[in-house]
Amino acid sequence: MDVLLQVLQAVDWPEIGLATLDTLLMLGASLFFTALAGLPLGVLLFLTGPRQLLGQPAVYGAVSFAVNVLRSLPFIILLILMIPVTVKLTGTSLGVAGAIPPLVVATTPFFARLVETALREVDRGIIEAMLATGATTRQVVFWALLPEALPGIIAGLTVTAITLVAYTAMSGVIGGGGLGDLAVRFGYQRFRTDVMVITVVLLLVLVQLLQMAGDRLVHRFSRK
Amino acid sequence: MIRLQGVGKTYHVGSREIAALREVNLEIARGEVFGIIGHSGAGKSTLIRLLNRLEKATTGRIELDGEDLTAMDDTQLRSLRLRVGMIFQHFNLLGSRTVAQNVAIPLRVAGVRDAAAITRRVAELLDLVGLADQGDKYPSQLSGGQKQRVGIARALANDPKVLLCDEATSALDPQTTRSVLDLLLRINEQLGLTIVLITHEMDVVRAICDHVAVLDDGVIVEQGPVSQVFLHPAHPTTRHFVQEAEDLDEGEEREDFARVDGCVVRLSYLGEHVYAPMLAEVARDQGVDFCILSGRVERIKRTPCGQLTLALSGSDASIRGALAQLSGGGVHVDVLRAAPGTQGVN
Ligand SMILES: Nc1ncnc2c1ncn2[C@@H]1O[C@H](COP(=O)(O)OP(=O)(O)O)[C@@H](O)[C@H]1O
Ligand SMILES: [Mg+2]
Repeated sequence: MDVLLQVLQAVDWPEIGLATLDTLLMLGASLFFTALAGLPLGVLLFLTGPRQLLGQPAVYGAVSFAVNVLRSLPFIILLILMIPVTVKLTGTSLGVAGAIPPLVVATTPFFARLVETALREVDRGIIEAMLATGATTRQVVFWALLPEALPGIIAGLTVTAITLVAYTAMSGVIGGGGLGDLAVRFGYQRFRTDVMVITVVLLLVLVQLLQMAGDRLVHRFSRK
Repeated sequence: MIRLQGVGKTYHVGSREIAALREVNLEIARGEVFGIIGHSGAGKSTLIRLLNRLEKATTGRIELDGEDLTAMDDTQLRSLRLRVGMIFQHFNLLGSRTVAQNVAIPLRVAGVRDAAAITRRVAELLDLVGLADQGDKYPSQLSGGQKQRVGIARALANDPKVLLCDEATSALDPQTTRSVLDLLLRINEQLGLTIVLITHEMDVVRAICDHVAVLDDGVIVEQGPVSQVFLHPAHPTTRHFVQEAEDLDEGEEREDFARVDGCVVRLSYLGEHVYAPMLAEVARDQGVDFCILSGRVERIKRTPCGQLTLALSGSDASIRGALAQLSGGGVHVDVLRAAPGTQGVN
């Protein structure tokens, strides 16, 4: 007991608090922009897909290929490749601000695919019934497809958020800040096992909370 | 009201061509209930989906109120769909929306913005289909029959002239089927709505249709008034549907015939004739005896009709006389087996 207390007292808690805040900031901002970009991209993928409402094989092929390229790129490579763009966008490639653009670029295609899948899960009959009332494509999307696919989209966003937590930790390696950064600088480079364990526990708690919140929302919006 | 001329539909799947419909000619009158019956894969859904252009005909012409559907642009198409409602086998309701919100969708599509007007109209429609107090429920909380009623309310929201029913009762149990069919018949009569329905069950056709077309492998093989098609099926597919509905079995029938003497005839009659004591009269007048091998008296839509298979015995002359008297009295006579020595009379 005393040993544990000693260990806990030796830790620099304000530093950990700041790192947690950084991680939450990165996560929140990246998730926001990912949803903002990924949702329309997912809808585009769905609508232009084979035998779907707009059925544009050329557009679908091009967007699908771009998405696959970004998804097959290891995140660490993307981080480095993105540095010039990131500097242009945020003025820095370091810290929380510098981490956000690569995070968004990495997770947007991922989330877009999850949105596409969620939309495909919607019964074709529902689209048909909407069209039979005279609805336009826009009305079908906003009045039927998105509301029907909402639980699936939220589940996708939850998975994306958890993936983002892992990525924020990785972006610590190139000075992204946050808990991952702390774990690398103190835990790994200075052999502070205590800091390492605490950051890992905090990341675990974060993932757990995200999953629980996501599940609860999915349940709240499911009417099946 | 609806006219199809030389309509064909071919699907292209990869390099394969599937002719789902060939040379379809149909005429559907205003205010009638028109049934299209066929086995699974016959092309029923394809045919009905041509009528609101969910599917585009490959060849031929489709007219609704004189307008050519095959030439419509997107704007005309949307206005067409406001005038043509549709219901589906699996209801296709939005699970994420309440009953009232589902019914409101076509109104919003039609551009109704006034929330009070929407609420009023939705209440009216739910009342019409017998779901007055269910507006706040979600579809998952309803039974199959109730879901189809919501589908009907949704389809009627913009006061369409035509209602298309794609196997609307095929997912329902017999009792619920009956109540949904009754509702369809009621709105057909109350609102003067033309109904086109497709089904694979002859019972559905018999219950509410005025005319029926039999679709077999993309081709209409027989069509006419339901009583006509039902009592005198000409095409093997039609006969199959009728036998299925009547639980008839040709083998059993032949067995029956082997055990009786004399002339075997099938009598078909409609309407008032059902209530006339004709058989006894004829037997008395002509001096023939009869034995009933099988028979049914039922209703086609609201018209009573009967069909009896009899073995008649007596002298040749008396049998001829009996058949003539029956024919003269408005009974349709088919001689299934002539008695030895007599010629078949029709
Ligand atoms: N979208 C489609 N693409 C290709 N073939 C189709 C399509 N829709 C229907 N078919 C084919 O057309 C034929 C008729 O189908 P359908 O109209 O659904 O029949 P039914 O409703 O009578 O069961 C079937 O052979 C079916 O496989
Ligand atoms: Mg079908």
